[in-house]
Amino acid sequence: MHRTTTSRRRTTGRRLAATTVLAGAAGLVAACGAGPGSGGGVALDYWLWDANQLPAYQACVEAFEAENPDIQVRISQYGWDDYWQKLTAGFVAGAGPDVFTDHLTRYPEYAARGLLLDLDGLEATAAVDPDDYQPGLADLWVTPDGARYGLPKDFDTIALFYDVNALAEAGMTPEDLEGLTWNPEDGGTFEEVIAHLSVDANGVRGDEEGFDPDNVVTYGLASNGSGGAEGQTQWSWLAASTGWTFTDQPVWGTHYNLDDPNLHASLAWYFGLVDKGFLAPYEEVGSSPNPTQALGSGRAVLSSNGSWMIRSYTSLEGIDLGVAPLPAGPVGHPMSMYNGLADSISAQTEHPEEAARLVAFLGSADCQVIVGEHGVVFPAVPAGTDAAVEAFAEQGVDVQPFTDLVDDGYTFFFPVTDGYGAISALLTPVMDEIYIGSRDPATLADLNDQVDEIVASGSTGG
Amino acid sequence: MTTTAPPTGARRRRRDDTRLALAFIAPATLGLLVFYFWPLLRGVWLSFTSWDVLTPARFVGVENYVEMIGDPVFWNAVRVTALYVVINIGVQTVVALLIAVLMQRLSRSILLRSLILTPYLVSNVVAALVFLWILDFQLGIGNNALEWLGLDRIGFFTSETWVIPTIALVNVWRHMGYTALLIFAGLLTIPPTMYEAARVDGASEVRSFFSITMPLLRPILGLVLIVSVIGSFQVFDTVAVTTNGGPVDASRVLQLYIYEKAFAQFDFGYASALSVALLLMLMVVTFLQYRITRAGQTDLS
Repeated sequence: MHRTTTSRRRTTGRRLAATTVLAGAAGLVAACGAGPGSGGGVALDYWLWDANQLPAYQACVEAFEAENPDIQVRISQYGWDDYWQKLTAGFVAGAGPDVFTDHLTRYPEYAARGLLLDLDGLEATAAVDPDDYQPGLADLWVTPDGARYGLPKDFDTIALFYDVNALAEAGMTPEDLEGLTWNPEDGGTFEEVIAHLSVDANGVRGDEEGFDPDNVVTYGLASNGSGGAEGQTQWSWLAASTGWTFTDQPVWGTHYNLDDPNLHASLAWYFGLVDKGFLAPYEEVGSSPNPTQALGSGRAVLSSNGSWMIRSYTSLEGIDLGVAPLPAGPVGHPMSMYNGLADSISAQTEHPEEAARLVAFLGSADCQVIVGEHGVVFPAVPAGTDAAVEAFAEQGVDVQPFTDLVDDGYTFFFPVTDGYGAISALLTPVMDEIYIGSRDPATLADLNDQVDEIVASGSTGG
Repeated sequence: MTTTAPPTGARRRRRDDTRLALAFIAPATLGLLVFYFWPLLRGVWLSFTSWDVLTPARFVGVENYVEMIGDPVFWNAVRVTALYVVINIGVQTVVALLIAVLMQRLSRSILLRSLILTPYLVSNVVAALVFLWILDFQLGIGNNALEWLGLDRIGFFTSETWVIPTIALVNVWRHMGYTALLIFAGLLTIPPTMYEAARVDGASEVRSFFSITMPLLRPILGLVLIVSVIGSFQVFDTVAVTTNGGPVDASRVLQLYIYEKAFAQFDFGYASALSVALLLMLMVVTFLQYRITRAGQTDLS
């Protein structure tokens, strides 16, 4: 199965997807054989991968159908691993969805193959003002040649999750986690906190004399694996707070900055936490880390993770969940990856104008407030974001650390370039090596040319 | 009635037989052509192309093969797969042989035979998942037992040294009963009189194992080996479920690499070239095994 790091919106479960490709394609054909809806209306297929969001979008679609009685929408949800394979199989068979949830790392390759429609060329979506969305989100979906391939539906940022009770045991309060600083040399006050929160088998804390890093009971920081090529929830926010950027341009860069000493220093600090006993070794977490569980079981205290995971943390039993902002780095403030999903229209759709109406509605405040009220993700329209903040507050979580980052502009984008699949396949084992400790982060510089070549060739596989 | 034209009748019947035979063979032949030969030929053709499924295949000559020869991940996959096969087949064959001989010489209980086969009834994925839990570094009962014995915990699926032996042994656990049963079937073809004669001559159990059982079992053992080695080379599901090729590339076996290239990176041309390489390797290994074990001949006469 393709190498999915848990950093992306994959909530749980790893399944053997090999067998599902053919089955999926067959299922699609069968599903589409059912044909357009009755009564002369138009039937649209809409796909998404996040089961948590299904109820919210079901509600949205019902509202859409009420406004557009001539259109019927059929929603299908598949897990992250299966989703992309089914989608590709759907494109091959000409039986994919009309409208689907799209990811920044995937759409360049689909767009390059002419599989997506330019939304500016369709009446309903061309009328949407890109400034309706949280800053920058809409532009992520515009390719260098000016075509727009998605309307933003939500965004996510990174913050620190923790259990208030675990903090109290360490004699700390949530206020102690505000205004932390970090730097790659000595880790700043952030490292002091992580050290203090780590406890070995004898009850000695990480900042006390005689701490045994080889026999740790509670880690200060929860491991979410090596993070693969982008380290979204693991190290990207640390490296970015030194002023480092993934590529030479915010989006559609042609040169990766893997040769930047700031990146190497940040990775060295982060994965160096393993030797200090503040982060679980690779040996313990393997290829399917579960920071949520680590926090829930008291194995770790702080867990840097994305806003799409809020629901998973709130559903943990027996903990008093708190959310703290990321520490400020050498640039003087925190930095977080700012990623967003969008809805795209398949070039194979028989009803482009109707599909555009659906996408425009899904991207409108009408729908996104509904989604926000479900309290699962942060919708891309500010009114939707506000609704989500409120809904999360009702669940007992103050999500301000996530939204502050956007309001303050302390964000950077997912590296949107060509050839994501090949870059990820190349870098993921390398990052695992760095995590394990058998490779020096500085050697990433040796791979920079190879990565740039993949981007330049613009191919999927090389 | 019986006297009229028997020769023509017989001739007609023979002609009918041919047609009937063809009719019976046809479905299988068709299946073979459609589901085996055509995909094989197409796979070989695709290995000379650059194809991402979504756009038409483009002929690139031997480019994929040139890339493959210079691809360190490929060579690593070959090494890892070979290591897996050696451990898997080595341990499995010895253990299965032992079980089979014990079943033959000690007990012929049907219940025992069924019990030995039970791991084989568990699907690969389930077996892999259960062992993933049992051997989990932190929570697994296996590692807790190690700690209780005063030993260090072992990252069975998460350390580069242990991962291939672990996966190989998990699959030994699942397949040894089945292999033992196949060998046992072979043992049943050895006439009991041989053992009686040996006992009369005063031969020990060990002596009769090496002088009677092994030589007479050779053809069966050879075939079992050939089949299980081919299966072993194709290890995929256990790896996909437990490690996904990690840590780093320590368990990135050939099949997994092929799968990733094709279905994660949509590089079907290169994946086809890798598959052809695997096919060639299997052909060579099978040929050598067949020759070395002389699996086609028996010493029983």
